[in-house]
Amino acid sequence: MGNYLLRRLLIVIPSLLGISVVIFAILALAPGDPFEELATNPNVPAEVRANLRAKFGLDDPVPIRYLRWLTAMLQGDWGFSFASRIDVDDLILQRLPSTLFIIGTAQIIGLLIALPVGVYSATRPYSIFDQIANLLTFIGFSLPTFFTGLLFILVFSIYLDWLPFVYRTDIAATGWQWYWEHFKQSVMPIAVLGLFQGASMTRYVRSAVLDMIRLDHVTTARSKGLAERVVIIKHVVRNAMIPVVTLVALQMPTVFGGAIVTEQIFRIPGIGSLLITAILANDTPVIMAVTFVFAILVLVFNLIADLLYGWLDPRISYR
Amino acid sequence: MDEKALRGLIGKVKAGKLSRRGFIHRMVALGLTAPLATQMLAYSGVAMAQPKSMYKPTKRGGGGALKVLWWQGATLLNPHFAVGTKDQEGSRIFYEPLAGWDSDGNLIPILAAEVPSLENGGLAKDGMSVTWKLKQGVTWHDGKPFTADDCLFNWEFSRDPATAAVTIGSYKDVEVQKIDSHTVKVIFKKPTPFWADTFVGTAGMLIPKHLYADFMGAKSREAPTNLKPVGTGPYKFVDFKPGDMVKGELNPNYHEANRPFFDTIEMKGGGDAVSAARAVIQTGEYDYAWNMQVEDEILKRLEQGGKGKAIITAGGNIEHMQLNSTDPNTEVDGERSSLKTKHPLLSDPAVRKAMGLLVDRKSVEDHIYGRTGVATANFLNNPERFRSKTMKYEFNIDKANQILEEGGWKKGADGIRAKDGKKLKMVYQTSVNAPRQKNQAIVKQACQKAGIDLELKSVTASVFFSSDVANPDTYTKFYCDIQMYTTTMTQPDPERFMNQFCSWEASTKENKWQGRNITRWQNAEYDKAFRDSEGELDPVKRAALFIKMNELVCSDNAVIPVVYRPRVAAVSDKLRVVLSGWDNDFWNLKDWYREA
Repeated sequence: MGNYLLRRLLIVIPSLLGISVVIFAILALAPGDPFEELATNPNVPAEVRANLRAKFGLDDPVPIRYLRWLTAMLQGDWGFSFASRIDVDDLILQRLPSTLFIIGTAQIIGLLIALPVGVYSATRPYSIFDQIANLLTFIGFSLPTFFTGLLFILVFSIYLDWLPFVYRTDIAATGWQWYWEHFKQSVMPIAVLGLFQGASMTRYVRSAVLDMIRLDHVTTARSKGLAERVVIIKHVVRNAMIPVVTLVALQMPTVFGGAIVTEQIFRIPGIGSLLITAILANDTPVIMAVTFVFAILVLVFNLIADLLYGWLDPRISYR
Repeated sequence: MDEKALRGLIGKVKAGKLSRRGFIHRMVALGLTAPLATQMLAYSGVAMAQPKSMYKPTKRGGGGALKVLWWQGATLLNPHFAVGTKDQEGSRIFYEPLAGWDSDGNLIPILAAEVPSLENGGLAKDGMSVTWKLKQGVTWHDGKPFTADDCLFNWEFSRDPATAAVTIGSYKDVEVQKIDSHTVKVIFKKPTPFWADTFVGTAGMLIPKHLYADFMGAKSREAPTNLKPVGTGPYKFVDFKPGDMVKGELNPNYHEANRPFFDTIEMKGGGDAVSAARAVIQTGEYDYAWNMQVEDEILKRLEQGGKGKAIITAGGNIEHMQLNSTDPNTEVDGERSSLKTKHPLLSDPAVRKAMGLLVDRKSVEDHIYGRTGVATANFLNNPERFRSKTMKYEFNIDKANQILEEGGWKKGADGIRAKDGKKLKMVYQTSVNAPRQKNQAIVKQACQKAGIDLELKSVTASVFFSSDVANPDTYTKFYCDIQMYTTTMTQPDPERFMNQFCSWEASTKENKWQGRNITRWQNAEYDKAFRDSEGELDPVKRAALFIKMNELVCSDNAVIPVVYRPRVAAVSDKLRVVLSGWDNDFWNLKDWYREA
């Protein structure tokens, strides 16, 4: 096990290096300049831009810039944003809590919907409940989050005027008032992401449980005279959870991706919206750092999925 | 209109026969900016108007929270590093200049005790210096007094190339002297007609010496005050999250009585313009939103029964078409559109004139921009009420046909005109942007009827407006026949705006296409007029020169103005704001209040 973990971690290093080379190269090839706005402003002499570019090392050849970035990164220096001239790690740390809160809650809500609905549908396949649940899940994961986001805003903020659609991190209230305000502004983004996640996870849970429910050991358990509830929970769901858990872990990076769009729509100051503004402003250090964080997340969650799999299913051994 | 006529008009204003506004109106009609017109009056002894403040609250504070929405959030709060207007606006909550520009182009003192003039001795007769008297009793948010040393320091800070300040243009060519604790003198290297640049407006916001003195030059990025501004403004700093949120609270020691009205201010960033308009106009979640780049149709729909409205403020931005004077298809010394070439088709004045007649500005205004783009014949523009009634634009396909016919351009079998074997086929490019593509289509249609074949091309904005030397599709390279975009007037004085037609400003390979003259139009008479205006101290003579320059460009059809683009802001019905097209949205934030 320890050996396996070490080997996996060692593979992560070249993957990250490869990812960083690719991202850096693409960014270097893409048109644009972080000080573009200065170029079109006649009040700013051209020297200022040239000066800034030289100061931030933008005029050096791409390989040198990459090596400089890499050595700094290895020493734990993430560089600073060209747009705000603030250290990138500070920026990301500022943004991370909102993203984690929204994504975490959405994921929990998704699971809370997916587990009972999926299991219940699977135990009564093709019943009315299953049909309706199926229909809703198909709708749920066919609609992209940006569409449901806008739809929610239109219905709940504009027609009904119940919820605000601009998310604020510092709410000027204390106690219950604060929780209430925070709840109101978080409902829509969390619902958008949570329902989307819940819909696709319901499908996984249902099919995993369906596979399991037909197996011999379930029949044995039933013929032993165990209560249906015990059969389902102890003998079916427990085993069916193995693929589901891996899928949830593997899906985490996708969730972060989906959150980018949702954050932009609801103005949630998360790392997703940080990435978008950085891309628009050609703010290379920030783009590098955020994509790098995403890359690490993908690799780490892959690893977690593999480890969890073995832990849940003792038949699998690590070599 | 020449100098003499101008003097006559000023005489009328003096005698009270012509109103100030009437005078400004006429000047603007001639293509001058309101600030310049106001300066002409000031120089001729008609005092600058001190508009009556519309501010009603009788005590400081008590206004609750002011919530404003900037769909691009401020990313830094040091005015000397403010790359875009969003950063300037964020800084303007806390920092102030000596004076700002109001919508009529009057200079309004903020940290200055008075506006310098010839009468009060602030302006030197020879145009070599201007003396600013600072307001007494102004303190920084941390309680330290604001003095002439701070002004001196800002000059030193900004002009140091190692600081790489974006405001350097306003400080590097002047010398600043401290006369006493509350008087500074700005000394110019040569007679300077436009003296109100250093310490004024967007580039003039002042940062405190005592907090920045240790962070000059290369160390400027490390100053902790970059993130926690300490200014003199109406609101004190509370919190800042780059790109997301700027928060401020009432400054109890603000240097003007009964101001500010609001207890807190919150500037939220991010999202998009349409939903920002919704949050202000439709749901009233926010009080104010900046830069509403939203189709007028949508704005109008939101305004119906809404809680706010769109406010249009005049400035100097103009959407215009540029006709290339050089040949984009011939390469000379490794560059296309070289000054050594002549455009095979557009060098014929008949073709240029016909093009001018084929742009249906009225339709562009009516069907594309609405209130956010007003059809115009002027290259230099101003509010609608000031717009020229004498300068006219015309849309006339028949006349264009006739001009081309007379010019020897005969229609071929394919319906496209040709002369000496050269067909009237041109490429017309602009950036990817829905209104611009509609605009292109309108022009193409009309041109077709006149036997001109236009090939439409649209380039992604991030490429088109980039200064990437390696990319052939940037607007500064202008490797095509016609192009269209909005040129912005960032300063109230037209000098820097009008240099975009000077021969020496031509954008070439030699200057890495950083020259401002994109059309490469060259005219010795224009150059001379511009040179003359640079040293001309008498604002009246100077104005006459600008009028001449404007006429030269427009009558030669070097560019075709299409629509004038005012600034659009979304404002709650109850919020009272004072906006100006010549300064930041927040230039007069201290006077913002909410009606009950």
